[in-house]
Amino acid sequence: MSQFGTAQPTLRQKLLRLNWELVLLISLTASVGFAMLYSAANGSFDPWATRQMSRFAVGIVLMLCVALVDIRLWLRASYTVYAASLVLLAAVEIMGSIGMGAQRWLNLGFFQLQPSEVMKIAVVLALARWFHGFEVDEAGRIRNLIIPVFIVLAPMALVLRQPDLGTAGVIAMVGGAMFWLGGARLWQFGVVLAAGAAAVPVAWQFLHAYQKQRIFTFLNPETDPLGAGYHILQSKIALGSGGLFGKGFLEGTQSHLNFLPEKQTDFIFTMLAEEFGLIGGVGLIALYALLIAYGFYIALRCRSQFARLLAMGVTVNFFLYVFINVAMVMGVLPVVGVPLPLISYGGTAMLTVLIGFGLLMSCWLHRDTYINRRGGLA
Amino acid sequence: MNSRDNDRQRFFTRRAALLAGGQFGLLAALVGRMYYLQVVESDRYHTLAEENRINMRLLPPSRGRILDRFGVPIAVNQKNYRVLIKSENTPDVPAVLDRLAMIIDLGPEEKARILKEVRRKKKFVPVTVREFLEWEDVARLEVNAPDLPGVTIDVGERRFYPNSDSAAHILGYVGAPRPEDLTGDPLLELPGFRIGRSGIERAFDRPLRGAAGARQLEVNAVGRVIRELDRQDGKPGRDVVLTLDMALQRAATERLGEEAGAVVVMDAHTGALIVQASTPSFDPNQFTEGLSNAQWRRLADNERAPLRNKAIAGEYAPGSTFKMIVALAALEEGLITPQTSFFCPGHLELGDGKFHCWKRHGHGHVDLNRSLAESCDVYYYEVARKVGIDKIAKMAARFGLGTELGLDVPGERAGLIPTKAWKRAVVGQPWVVGETLVAGIGQGFVLTTPLQLATMTARMVNGGKAVTPYLARDRVERGQLAARADTPVADIGVDSGHLDLMIEAMNLVTQDRTGTAHRARITVPGLTMGGKTGTAQVRRISRREREAGVRKNEELPWRFRDHALFVGYGPIENPRYAIAVVVEHGGGGSSVAAPIARDVMAATLDRDPARLSPGANVAGFDGPGNRGS
Repeated sequence: MSQFGTAQPTLRQKLLRLNWELVLLISLTASVGFAMLYSAANGSFDPWATRQMSRFAVGIVLMLCVALVDIRLWLRASYTVYAASLVLLAAVEIMGSIGMGAQRWLNLGFFQLQPSEVMKIAVVLALARWFHGFEVDEAGRIRNLIIPVFIVLAPMALVLRQPDLGTAGVIAMVGGAMFWLGGARLWQFGVVLAAGAAAVPVAWQFLHAYQKQRIFTFLNPETDPLGAGYHILQSKIALGSGGLFGKGFLEGTQSHLNFLPEKQTDFIFTMLAEEFGLIGGVGLIALYALLIAYGFYIALRCRSQFARLLAMGVTVNFFLYVFINVAMVMGVLPVVGVPLPLISYGGTAMLTVLIGFGLLMSCWLHRDTYINRRGGLA
Repeated sequence: MNSRDNDRQRFFTRRAALLAGGQFGLLAALVGRMYYLQVVESDRYHTLAEENRINMRLLPPSRGRILDRFGVPIAVNQKNYRVLIKSENTPDVPAVLDRLAMIIDLGPEEKARILKEVRRKKKFVPVTVREFLEWEDVARLEVNAPDLPGVTIDVGERRFYPNSDSAAHILGYVGAPRPEDLTGDPLLELPGFRIGRSGIERAFDRPLRGAAGARQLEVNAVGRVIRELDRQDGKPGRDVVLTLDMALQRAATERLGEEAGAVVVMDAHTGALIVQASTPSFDPNQFTEGLSNAQWRRLADNERAPLRNKAIAGEYAPGSTFKMIVALAALEEGLITPQTSFFCPGHLELGDGKFHCWKRHGHGHVDLNRSLAESCDVYYYEVARKVGIDKIAKMAARFGLGTELGLDVPGERAGLIPTKAWKRAVVGQPWVVGETLVAGIGQGFVLTTPLQLATMTARMVNGGKAVTPYLARDRVERGQLAARADTPVADIGVDSGHLDLMIEAMNLVTQDRTGTAHRARITVPGLTMGGKTGTAQVRRISRREREAGVRKNEELPWRFRDHALFVGYGPIENPRYAIAVVVEHGGGGSSVAAPIARDVMAATLDRDPARLSPGANVAGFDGPGNRGS
């Protein structure tokens, strides 16, 4: 066991060992996104495709930087990152409440940062660190679960106030996955689910009218085809009319004729499925499945609990993006504003996803690094 | 690596595998859902997508023309140049309108209306600035086009009546559909679409309208046209051929001149109307452009009723033109013979009443021929008293009086032929003999239209055939033009010998020196006309007035003057045409109506298709070979 952990790979070794095939897979997926953005602009790189490419370029470099950082540094930094994200989230909330409207992002000049997106990764980091310090039987004890519960609830509460149901749900689900992997007992999940179900009628009172409307519309979109149900219905029409092979690149009538709303962001999957049909849609889902499988593979190969949890957490987060978005455009889930990772136009989501992959690669590069309970070096 | 670490790894692997399994399961469910949407339900969504994307735009069909019997167009379509403005191409709409105003003279209200419409409509929907532009204005706009961004000129169609007012009542006019006209046919809801509002335009609206074409346009979610996918040209409306001879129609209108009146010329063998004039008239083109309130009031409030088609909707006492009916009723009943004569002392006394003849000192002994030639009133008082009103009414009905004749343009009036039962039912009083006497000279309750009088005359001179009047060569059947059925015309069931007696007597009216219309006979060699004059009182002449001397028509206000009537036919041998002339408050039948009839009949005989264009297929003309004997 001493051959692991002590001998740290050099930068050159790290670069050689980096899973380039994963980078390739990511780039391939992102390229599908560029093509779709090109199509969304009616066959033009302006205004979306070019900017998305440059963001991707920045993101890939950032991802590699994150990947090369020693995993133990990430472990030590995890609470700080979490705290910083929480502060940013609170800052957005405060700015919003002092009269700047319902803003969800901070303007950093060159780019608008959406703290709630960063929070998803930060929660994974913080929980991974927390559960790293416990054996499985210890982790499941109630007293050891109180702090992680707050790690999840604090950002959720802030995000819910924005109000952003989708992101709050994602944080809850990512958190749940971390609890599951970290060692929470099955019955504890049962209790939480039961409590959650009991809270639904209470929570309903706190929903905004438009949120209630969205849920109603989701349940029956045909009742309001030109109002709230418009998005879902038009998305289903575009998707369904794509058929098996689609209408061809740049030939998607529904999206190009602007029946499809938000075609460059949340509904980009619909456009892809309209133009490339079931074949194209399933192809993209397969690509995502490969990325998720890769993340799962890395998680299983890690020696440290932190790396395992981090890798799996990042993967689950990625999966949630994909699942919620695709389910949403198919009318399986309500429209909650979750982008399709690597493809939807938008900076924060792209960067968050790429940083997540950076952390995943860091786990891979340092899969054999031993980390003790306290988070120190062996 | 200690055992606790191994435990932890095994635990993690187990739970991670479950988690990953769940994830792949959910992704698989998404694929399933996608399969459902894109393969199973694909057709449904495909249809929905097509509906979303494709917008049908109707192309209004070109309205059919209306032609006269010789093919002369009397209702056509003209190019309608319109200036349109599209705000999306116009940086500053008010400024462009100001510049436009220098070319086509836009008033401030008009500008305000345009600006309001521009604000209300989507920015790519053109707003009409002005319609019916003159060609010079179009040319000037074209020259100034660079200064007028977003201003376009568009060519549409509008109805134009080249013979503007001489056939206005028959042609009718077109107008925008009213809410009650809307049948759900989207064509009717097209802006600028016009439907027939009266006359032929209304009666033949369906065939004239044609079938709309359609453009399939690809539009985006806000309705902007992306491109045209398909275009189906519609079927232009069918031309409607009338039996009217526009040259004669115009001549008749001009001959009526300033008078308010009507002239009807009918082919006595077919019922085809050659002339159907009504004056004063109006310009149907004004209706196409939209009438101003003042223009409308001028037409509607005019005491000479320019909007009424007096030929079919003017109801007048027939006066002496009714006398043939009374005579025929008596002849058919065997109550008189041509030789039966009555003495006319200038009046007839009945109880307290004294019924006057127009000839103050009387006609002396009068037989049938003289009674008609000189139009003795006392003769007809006597005959009417013998026959009785109900028999007179029955005879009148055989000649088409008192009923609508089913003319193929709307607006016909029935007139009135009184009976005892009618008076009891409508007036609520029993019939008195005096009323029979008055009816015997076509006065009192009796009302007829010029169309009925022409029809009556035609039936009298065509050998007793129950011809009915019509204006268009074809009929409308289920919205389509269909040829007139060639069924033989029924007989009115009056002894042809008796009819010949009428013709013989009516010949005398113009041909005999004593005839009331002798001065109005046709003097053109080879052309002849027979007929009967009529003068219908429109007011009651009181005894005191009569004693003081009946005032001359010229001394009375216009609306109290007598109606002048004439019914006739030509030529005398083998009558071909029947004519009826009514001049409202014109004075005497022989002095006013008969000369008009003479001129119109002479022109009609002169323009007989058999002479004018032998062998040609002329609407409503059955050719010389088919002439009734």
